[in-house]
Amino acid sequence: MQKAELHRAELESLKREVAKLERGSSPAASAVRVSTGVPDLDASLGGGLARGALHEVFAQGMLDEAAAAAFVIGLALRASGKAPVVWIRQDFVGLELGEIYAPGLADLGLSPERLILVRARDAPAVLRAGEEAARCPPLGAVIIEPWGNPKSLDLVASRRLMLAAGRSGVPVFMLRAGGAPLPSAAATRWSVRAAASAPLEGEAPGHPACEVSLLRDRVGSIGRNWIVEWNRDVRSFTPVSPDRAALSRGLVPVSSGGPHPEGAARKRA
Amino acid sequence: MLVEKVKGASRIAAVSRKARQAGLAQGLTLADARARIPHLWVEEMNRQADLALLGDVAEDCDRATPIVVADAPDGLLLDVTGCGHLFGGEAQLRSKLSQRFRKAGLSVRTVIAGAPDTARALARHGRIAIVPAGGEVNAVRGLPLAALGLEPKDQLAISRAGLKTIGALIDRPSALFAARFGEQMTLKLARLQGLSPVSVETGHGLRDPAVVMRLFRERLDALADPLDPGFGFDLVRLCVLDAEPLAMLQPELDAHAIEADEVAHLADRLSARFGQDRVLRFVAVDTHNPDRAARIVPVLQETREDAQWPDLSVGEPPMRPMHIFVPPQTVSVAMAEVPDGPPRAFRWRRTEHRVIAHEGPERIAPEWWRESALEARDYYRVEDTEGRRFWLFRTGEYGDVELPRWFLHGAFG
Repeated sequence: MQKAELHRAELESLKREVAKLERGSSPAASAVRVSTGVPDLDASLGGGLARGALHEVFAQGMLDEAAAAAFVIGLALRASGKAPVVWIRQDFVGLELGEIYAPGLADLGLSPERLILVRARDAPAVLRAGEEAARCPPLGAVIIEPWGNPKSLDLVASRRLMLAAGRSGVPVFMLRAGGAPLPSAAATRWSVRAAASAPLEGEAPGHPACEVSLLRDRVGSIGRNWIVEWNRDVRSFTPVSPDRAALSRGLVPVSSGGPHPEGAARKRA
Repeated sequence: MLVEKVKGASRIAAVSRKARQAGLAQGLTLADARARIPHLWVEEMNRQADLALLGDVAEDCDRATPIVVADAPDGLLLDVTGCGHLFGGEAQLRSKLSQRFRKAGLSVRTVIAGAPDTARALARHGRIAIVPAGGEVNAVRGLPLAALGLEPKDQLAISRAGLKTIGALIDRPSALFAARFGEQMTLKLARLQGLSPVSVETGHGLRDPAVVMRLFRERLDALADPLDPGFGFDLVRLCVLDAEPLAMLQPELDAHAIEADEVAHLADRLSARFGQDRVLRFVAVDTHNPDRAARIVPVLQETREDAQWPDLSVGEPPMRPMHIFVPPQTVSVAMAEVPDGPPRAFRWRRTEHRVIAHEGPERIAPEWWRESALEARDYYRVEDTEGRRFWLFRTGEYGDVELPRWFLHGAFG
């Protein structure tokens, strides 16, 4: 028992040592925090998302990948101001999830002329280009998108990205399309699921909305969920109250076998 | 005629012009040749002597240029860059040199071209004497496959596929050949066209040697077939293919410009390593056809940009998806709610999606002035019970002979 205690103490001190090293030469860069626009979420993160760090984002299912990507674009926009964004994407992701569509990015508030898209053949190329980009301080954000769970994406690879981000102060968002959590040095890890939007006039689908859970955070508390909406006009996430989420169309019975689809179920009072 | 013993039989190693006209060719056995033309003048091939002679000729070529490389057994490569004016032009240089060797009793073919491999192939297989700058590709198009210098079995395989000339190879995607015959072959093909295998390009003028070196390092690192210098390089030549004026920056005043510069350098490095066709940017196109609304071009390529991204109206949700499927994916729809409405439910990727909100139709008419005009499409933004938002469209109308078909074109965040 005592021996185990000792080992634990030793391990803890080593971890602190590593953390100190990883913070690198400029602790200021990684200490800068970016507000998401959702006060409760910021508080959970200890004042916002760390700027010079690696953040990992997963989609809960294949059909939530678009929601996860939109969440990452939102975070990148929060962090980048007007600076250029580099998006590195493995070829296979485009085949599975669809190609990046510039007018859609513009609709989310990311002006396409700010974006440099790198198409990488495989995961090692994605990581290599990602590290190169993460070392370029004038960038606003780097988004890297490998496919699945590649072998090359190990603890060393994520630590290198984390270090590069820490030194340059450029946030790196890793969209883990089609992937499952692996050991990683990322500062935060998120899981994203599509959420019902607030309906607009005429029952039109509304602004992008998603449910995010913080799976891991080096400093803050984890295991909580938030439903957030992306407001392009002010480039900010806004909280969605659980009441509205419950009231939203997802839980209203829809054309429940009624003979007239134009009936009461569709026309919500 | 000269003969040489190959696997026990005396075979023809080289023939005079006269003998060639009489139908003799390299590889024929001496016995066969004698059977056709009894009064042949035959000598034993002496490779050693040939090599010595080649050396002598090479030394003599010093009069034209200091850089002469023997291309054994019977060729010489002369780098005459910047030497032409001493002789009154490259054409003069060529004819003076040719005359000199003819007088000495040698039969020679000389070709001047922008790249050594181009000149070499044309001298051995072509008819052109001087290739104008930039004309390398056209000059080699008509050459036979043999000009590529492939292994006989590879050459046979390509000619069996019906490709007889270099031009036929150039017209096809190089990835095809790389997959079957290795990167080496595409590299040979590129060299033949005078394309330098190791070149880097930058988006803007550049003069910082450290930055240029870094670009070359990226480029060399990324070569599929690393350069093997053996005992080292005797000569490394750096050519500036393109030069442009450089604007001076004042660090104190142009902090912004310097940052932009750093991003441009990053794009240069990524292009050098991963290829220019993989480092891209988006250019707006003035069209309402969603398939053509954004062009994706290499960052380093200059393009005319007169179109603007559409203005966003405040309070409106995204009208275009962030992910787009090319081509659109078919979805199965049991029944639409109303003839010109969205489907009540659709099936895509083995999942049933129930539509609970929609907007549309947004009719996008075909661009009839284009050749491959599409059918008119009715687009809908839809949201399913799980909060997933999609971009669907329908072609064809109810009441047409065929039922309308539904496609999923994109996904919203």
